[in-house]
Amino acid sequence: MIRVENIVVSFDLGGGQEHRVLDDLSLAVQQGQTVSIIGSNGAGKSTLLNAIAGTVPLRAGRIYLDGKEMTSWPEWERAMYVGRVRQDPMAGTAGEMTVLDNLALASRKGPRRFRIATPARFVREMEEKLSNLGMGLESRLHENVSRLSGGQRQALTLFMAVLSQPTVLLLDEHTAALDPANAEMIDALTRRFIEEYQLTALIVTHDMKRALREASRVVMMHEGQIIADLSGDEKKNMDVAGLVQLFKTARGEDYTEDRDLLI
Amino acid sequence: MVEGILVEGLIYSVLALGVFISFRILDFADLTVEGSFPAGAAAGAVVASTLNLSPSLLVKALAVPAGLLAGFLAGGVAGLVTAEVYHRLKTPPLLAGIVTMTGFYSINLRILGGKPNLPLIANNPMLNLAHSLLGGLVPQEWSLLAACALVCLVLFGLLDLFFHTEIGIAMGALGDNENAVIQAGIQPNRLRTLGLVLANALPGLSGAMAAAYQGFADVNLGQGVVAAGLATVMLGELIIHSQFISLQLARVFLGSILFRALMYAARSWGYVAGITPNDLRLLTSLLIIISVSLSRLGRKRR
Repeated sequence: MIRVENIVVSFDLGGGQEHRVLDDLSLAVQQGQTVSIIGSNGAGKSTLLNAIAGTVPLRAGRIYLDGKEMTSWPEWERAMYVGRVRQDPMAGTAGEMTVLDNLALASRKGPRRFRIATPARFVREMEEKLSNLGMGLESRLHENVSRLSGGQRQALTLFMAVLSQPTVLLLDEHTAALDPANAEMIDALTRRFIEEYQLTALIVTHDMKRALREASRVVMMHEGQIIADLSGDEKKNMDVAGLVQLFKTARGEDYTEDRDLLI
Repeated sequence: MVEGILVEGLIYSVLALGVFISFRILDFADLTVEGSFPAGAAAGAVVASTLNLSPSLLVKALAVPAGLLAGFLAGGVAGLVTAEVYHRLKTPPLLAGIVTMTGFYSINLRILGGKPNLPLIANNPMLNLAHSLLGGLVPQEWSLLAACALVCLVLFGLLDLFFHTEIGIAMGALGDNENAVIQAGIQPNRLRTLGLVLANALPGLSGAMAAAYQGFADVNLGQGVVAAGLATVMLGELIIHSQFISLQLARVFLGSILFRALMYAARSWGYVAGITPNDLRLLTSLLIIISVSLSRLGRKRR
C-alpha cells in the first residue's frame, strides 16, 4: 500500500510568498485498490503523482510504501516499486531502440548485469505475452519503437510499466493524447492489467465518467487538498451529476468558470 | 600506401569508437577526447618504453600489453573526470569536456616528464612487436596491419557483446530517453559515468597505438581529434544505414578507413586542386558539413 502524510509542495512567488500546489495533503491507498483522482486544472492531481514518483521536491510531509518511508529516495530508486505512465506516449520508451530492447529494459527493475539482455527464452516469452494483448506488437519486436503508432506506443509503455509488477501504478492522463478508439483500447488494457497483476493504481483524469467507471474509489482534489473521497456504496451510488454537485458544494460560489473543464 | 591507409584507419577507428559511444550512444557532446587521446599516447609510450628497458625478461615481455593498458586507463581517467564534473556540478557536457581537456594538457606534459615530446625511435616495443607478429612470413607492413586488425577485431567482438548485455542495452536507452532508464530503477548517472569512461578509454588506447605507429608521443596529438572522430562516425553512417548495434559498430571501422583514404588522397593528389596539407582540417570540417547535409536530406525524403 501507499501512504502519503501531510505533504506540501510549493513554489516561491517572491517576496516571502509561496504558492502551495499540494497543501498538507494526506492519502492512504490499500493494496489492490484502484483510485481515480479528479479535479480542475491546477488542483494538484499530477503534482500528487509526481510527488509519489519523486520528480518534485516536498516542502514537508512523508511518503510510505508498504510501511517503508521513501520520502528521501531519488526517482530511480522509487521506480523499483512505482510504475508510471504519462500522457505523452514518447515519455516512457526509448524510441530509437527496438520493442524487444525496450522490453528487456523494463522486464526487471534495478541495477543491470553483464548478461545477455534478450536470450531466445526471453524473446519467446515476450512474443507470447504480447500476442495476448492483441495489438500486433509481437510481430514488430525488432522494429524501433518510434515506428509504432501513438496507441501502440502507449500500450507498450503500459505493458512495460506493469511487466515488473510494481507495488503501485501511477497513470497520469495516460489516454488523454490518444484518439477515442485508442483511448478506449488503452482503458480496456489498463483494466485487464490491474486485474491480472492485482495492482494498486492511481488514475488521474479529467473525465468524471471515466473516473467513476475505472475505479472503486474516487478522490476529488481542489487547490492542493482533497475535498471528497468516495468509496464503497457511496461511490457506487454516485454519478457525474452527483460529482458536479459535490464539487459545487465543496468549492462554493465561483464554480461556474470551471464547469467545462470538469465534464 | 594501401597498408598505410588501412593501418592508420584501424588505429584511429579505435578513437572513433569512443566518439561514437559518447556522441551517438550517450548523446553526450564530449570534447574530453582531445585530452584523453594524447593522455593515452603519453602513458602508453612512457610505460611501454620504460618497461622495455628493464633487464628482467618478464617485465620486458609485459611492455606492450602494459603500454596498451596504460593508454586505455589514462583515457578512462579523463572520462571519469568529465563524468564527475558533469554530474556533480551539473555543467553542460561541453564545459565538462573542455575543463578536462584543458587540465589534461598539463597532466600529459607531466606524464611525458615535462617535455612536450617523447621520441620512441630507438625504443618502440609496440611497433617492433607488430612488425614481427607474423615472423617474416609477410612484409613488415602487412604484419603491422595484421596486428592492428587483431586489436580491432577483439575490440569489435567485446563491444558488440557489451551492447547486447543488460548494461549495454540500458546505456543505449540512456542517450535515447533517460526517463525510460530511470523507470527501470537504474541510477542514470552511474551508467553515464561508465559510458564516458569507456568513451575515453578507447581513444586512450588509440593514442597509445598511434604514438607507437608514429614513433613519438606528443602533447599536441589531441588537436582536432574530436572533429576527425565525428567525421569518421558520420562517414560510416552515410555508407551503412542500420539500427543494429553490430553494424553501427562495424561501420565505424569502415568510416575510419574511408576517412584516412580521403585524407591520404588530399595529401597526395590534392596539389592538383591546390590543396596543401594545411587544408586538411578544413576538409575535415567540410566533410562533417556534407555528411550532416546528406543525412538531413535522406531523412526528409523518408
